[in-house]
Amino acid sequence: MTDTRDIVETIYREHSRQVLATLIRLLRDFELAEEALHDAFAAAMSQWPRDGIPHNPRAWLISAGRFRAIDNLRRRARFDASLAEIAYQLEIEHTTTTTPIDDAGVADDSLRLIFTCCHPALPLDGQVAMTLREVCGLTTEEVARAFLISPSTLAQRIVRAKAKIRDAGIPYQLPEPSALTERLDGVLRVIYLVFNEGYSASFGETLTRADLSGEAIRLGRLLHELSPEPEVAGLLALMLLQESRRDARTTPEGELILLHEQDRTLWDRALIDEGISLVERALSSRRFGPYALQAAIAAVHAEAPSAEATDWEQIIGLYDVLMRITPSPVVALNRAVAIAMRDGPTAGLSLIDALMARGELRDYHLAHAARADLCRRRGDVEQARQGYWQALSLVQQGPERRFLERRLAELENG
Amino acid sequence: MKYLCLVYSRETALHDLPDSPHDSECLAYAESVQASGRMLAAEALQPVESATTVRVRNGKAAVTDGPFAETKEQLAGFYLIEAHDLNEALNVAAGIPAARVGSVEVRPTRELVTDSPASHAKATSA
Repeated sequence: MTDTRDIVETIYREHSRQVLATLIRLLRDFELAEEALHDAFAAAMSQWPRDGIPHNPRAWLISAGRFRAIDNLRRRARFDASLAEIAYQLEIEHTTTTTPIDDAGVADDSLRLIFTCCHPALPLDGQVAMTLREVCGLTTEEVARAFLISPSTLAQRIVRAKAKIRDAGIPYQLPEPSALTERLDGVLRVIYLVFNEGYSASFGETLTRADLSGEAIRLGRLLHELSPEPEVAGLLALMLLQESRRDARTTPEGELILLHEQDRTLWDRALIDEGISLVERALSSRRFGPYALQAAIAAVHAEAPSAEATDWEQIIGLYDVLMRITPSPVVALNRAVAIAMRDGPTAGLSLIDALMARGELRDYHLAHAARADLCRRRGDVEQARQGYWQALSLVQQGPERRFLERRLAELENG
Repeated sequence: MKYLCLVYSRETALHDLPDSPHDSECLAYAESVQASGRMLAAEALQPVESATTVRVRNGKAAVTDGPFAETKEQLAGFYLIEAHDLNEALNVAAGIPAARVGSVEVRPTRELVTDSPASHAKATSA
């Protein structure tokens, strides 16, 4: 009895999202499909202990969900005549088409769900909310807690997104091949946003937030399984390589530790190995983009046994390519810091000064911090102090602020 | 589904940029949409200076010169199309030559709701 319940729960964890993805396609409605999913598992809970677990539980659940949705619609049609036609239509399909439950069909439905949740016609916060709610299966409360917003705000985003999907006719469809790269970029952006939310949230004072990075990596793995494009591999690798440093990135008190001061024995070798093999595959495809390049840079750091042994030449080369593909002031800043590591602080400083002179990074605290750091290394205490103060006036996050304060204190005492 | 594709552009950009479409190109595109069976209606509009706005308040019509809203981009034309879903509508919209210099807002039309169930209204005019 309890055994069956455990099995149903395991099946729920493993298959509920796939069953939902297929039900949305069959029923052409998110709400109806969610209700059907719930009903199907309720039916499983009551029938399986008595009748035994079906040979193909996923197919059983899809069929049960579909049947119950039609039944529900028919019951409601007594009050709303327009539902009768929908119920009739669905029933015809139910009896004339066999439910595609093969693995390829299920994989396509999962992809359809991802692409629909990340459709560019939805606002970005709606895409994130829909993805975590529908694809990852987090509850509204869990997503709201992770983003430090109220459950009602989050629920509203989901309601609006679903309304737009319905009213604007956003199809439950894989993108056409010609639009795939662009649409995939949108999905990757959502996944990386979720990852970063979790990655920077994991600092001291916000340790209790849900593990968004873990969800993002799970999403990355799923997407990579479904669509092994080089940039998907690149993003997954980038997330794994960043995640591998999680334990080394902060002191037990939650204080920030910079890359070159981290205890590299704390880095997670398994994640690094997985990340590096993904990067290598992405780069060898020759269709790589900015995610694979950023992952490659992270991989060079991961491969260095010590900060001193870092291959800056290779890192600069990768930044050069990155600048060609996606030029941005932040990439240029990182490249300048790498050059300072190879050629000394003066070389990096003149590059950063040129960047700042263009005004693009004036409000970016890390630019001021990086500049201050190079001044400090040159022994220019006054310039360094000014830079750290500038950075302090712009910084938002507790641990980063305390890091800058420590640097300033060191200057005062040193 | 029916979608209205509203073509907005700064009127100077519509004609004076190197990338600005010629009338012949616009006409050719409209004909290709027509040939695909998706076209319900399409028109290009006279410049916004030709616009007149009517409001009815307390039963009285007030007529004023100019468009209702002063915006940077003006309504330059529209396509009313029949498309299976938003992706299909967006494809049609992306092909409109003026999209290169302006922007196209794609809106699904709404069925008007009437109280009598017998005349389950199909009217979509606003």
